Amino acid sequence: MDIKRVDQIIEKYQGKDSALIQILLEIQNENHWLPKEALEKVSECLQVPLSKVMNTATFHKTFSLIPEGQHEIHICNGSSCHVRGAQRIIDTVVQATGTLPGETDENLRYSLKTTTCMGCCAAGPVMMVDGGYHNNMEPEKAEEIIKQSDKG
Amino acid sequence: MPILKSVFELEELRKKILSDKDRNIPCIAICGGTGCHNQGNQRLVQAFLNEVKIKKLQPRIHIRETGCQGFCEQGPMAVIFPQKICYVKVTVEDVPEIVAGVNNNKIIERLLYTNPSTGEKIIHEDDIPFYKNQTRFIGGDFNKIDPNSIEDYLATGGYSAFVKVLQMMTPEQVIGEVKKSNIRGRSGNGFAAGRKWEACLKAEAETKYIICNCHEGDPGAFVDRRMLEANPHGVIEGMLIGAFAMKATEGFIFVGDEFPLTVHNTETAIKQAEEFGLLGKNILGSELSFTVKVTIDGGNYVCGESTALTASMEGRVGEPIAKYDHATEHGLWAKPTDLNNLQTWANIPFILRKGADEYIKTGTERSKGTRSFSLSGAIRNTGIVEAPMGMPFRKIVYDIGGGPREGRKIKALQVGGPMGGFIPENQLDITVDFDELTKAGLTLGPGLIAIDDNACIVDMVKYFFAFLSNESCGKCTPCREGLRQMIKIMNRITEGKGKKADLELLEAIAKVQKSAALCALGKGASNTLLSALKNFREEFEAHIESKQCPAGVCKMPLPAAN
Repeated sequence: MDIKRVDQIIEKYQGKDSALIQILLEIQNENHWLPKEALEKVSECLQVPLSKVMNTATFHKTFSLIPEGQHEIHICNGSSCHVRGAQRIIDTVVQATGTLPGETDENLRYSLKTTTCMGCCAAGPVMMVDGGYHNNMEPEKAEEIIKQSDKG
Repeated sequence: MPILKSVFELEELRKKILSDKDRNIPCIAICGGTGCHNQGNQRLVQAFLNEVKIKKLQPRIHIRETGCQGFCEQGPMAVIFPQKICYVKVTVEDVPEIVAGVNNNKIIERLLYTNPSTGEKIIHEDDIPFYKNQTRFIGGDFNKIDPNSIEDYLATGGYSAFVKVLQMMTPEQVIGEVKKSNIRGRSGNGFAAGRKWEACLKAEAETKYIICNCHEGDPGAFVDRRMLEANPHGVIEGMLIGAFAMKATEGFIFVGDEFPLTVHNTETAIKQAEEFGLLGKNILGSELSFTVKVTIDGGNYVCGESTALTASMEGRVGEPIAKYDHATEHGLWAKPTDLNNLQTWANIPFILRKGADEYIKTGTERSKGTRSFSLSGAIRNTGIVEAPMGMPFRKIVYDIGGGPREGRKIKALQVGGPMGGFIPENQLDITVDFDELTKAGLTLGPGLIAIDDNACIVDMVKYFFAFLSNESCGKCTPCREGLRQMIKIMNRITEGKGKKADLELLEAIAKVQKSAALCALGKGASNTLLSALKNFREEFEAHIESKQCPAGVCKMPLPAAN
């Protein structure tokens, strides 16, 4: 990530330390993860100790401190999707991608995340691959979608 | 748009919007809530726009993309105004036929909703059992409003409650009306909103804040964000009334980061309200100055707790602290702060517009008005439901929700999220009422999840423990370690290695947690377990004694061959 962009984001919030979470969220949204240099820059500009920045970055679930894989997979495991068998989908995708929820595989191909309710319960279990929704998932279907995503 | 400088100018504008709008011109309202977004509704809206353009029907047929219309199971829906003809599960291929039908006044039978129990086709939205059995004070207008259009909101009488307050009432009178309506906090705890407002008004400070909590981190609850996304101006109006009544200067809407559409619609609405002079300095020429900002959360369940929410808004880590002070005296940045749930704010304009006397006609003795839920899980009609207080849950599950899916049986209804509990099928006659649920050891949370005989209660409890353990901030031991140990025991039980004494051990840990945990998350963490043990003890015993999962969910070891 261009460090100048980090500067711009910090400037947008007038360097206020109360905006720490909002600033990290913007960096995360643009870059998909928080590189060390960006965190150091934030710490320096906001005059917040790096330990505090790290505390925030590791506490809140949205932030990632490792690079994201080429394909981003989100599987909904809200109560409704869970009742409808989301765990079976998660198990299948873990097998197919070789990565655990919350992690990225070593070849940086897939990042797998589970969420608690994407808000589309009528279509559950729901899986999102690279921003595209897949509804009414079944293990075989999920496996096929993962295979297809890597080809494309 | 020039800034509106007086109430008169606002009313003139409203008159103009209404006279420009010919009520007889047909309008196709397409659902654009998050649930329909994932069914590709954007392509659908585009297809309608293109079709109307190609057929040169543009001024004669309007197209409106609305927020969530509630009936997610049948989405995307298209409602044809003014007759309110309702088409369900609409696809891009159906668009030319629908547009031609609207133009020739013809109803397309195959797209109508079919009542599954009678097989009859239902033409009008209001006659569909899912809607017919609801009381929609708040959600009734959602299909008349494009969330990105302040004009649509004004056309439905929007901001008229605020005008009434500004012109005819004092802050004390507004609070009196809110108190009289007896609206209780819609987060689930049921604290009287009017009393909170009164305390905040009495607190002396130049700067006061009000917060709308739309964090909604419950797994399987999605109603608050849908309501905000469908009608953000309704919430802004509620907050304006609150600002007037409590003399607050700044407002914040706290939203989870997983809801991009909600954030977008809210930010657009705030911008519009600023452009129209409904937010900012000297609103409508009065002495009231008030701004609203959206604050996005970093995605932690515990941040919905009031002290964690405050910390998170101040840029600190969202850990709860013990409550010694009332937030109404010492809240955000140590200033008097009023925090209300999104649904509470959404109800305020309705109360002030209709009057508290009208509002209290609906509901039970101590719980008034309506309560909106998201209804999901193993049920036929997933969607957003607005039920009057006092309605039995049985009616919500069977009449509105349509009952279980084909060939299945409802086993229980889960209410109140991960810190709630289960209502077993035979007790569904319990009604939507804060006190009645409290008596049953439950909370009136926003998410209702139907559980059928395909799901295992023991697995559900384990699921909620895993969720809470993951979301626990880790600060206090009873919550952090208690959950960790309880998960170990639950794992043992679901793997067929449970012992008889495990249930007593679980209960003992739960008891300690309830009395010693720091915040509501820890105190409520064992609620689902206790409720499950009370109502479904036999399922636990089957796992432990006969090493069987009655629902076939838990992976039990095969019985050893003798």
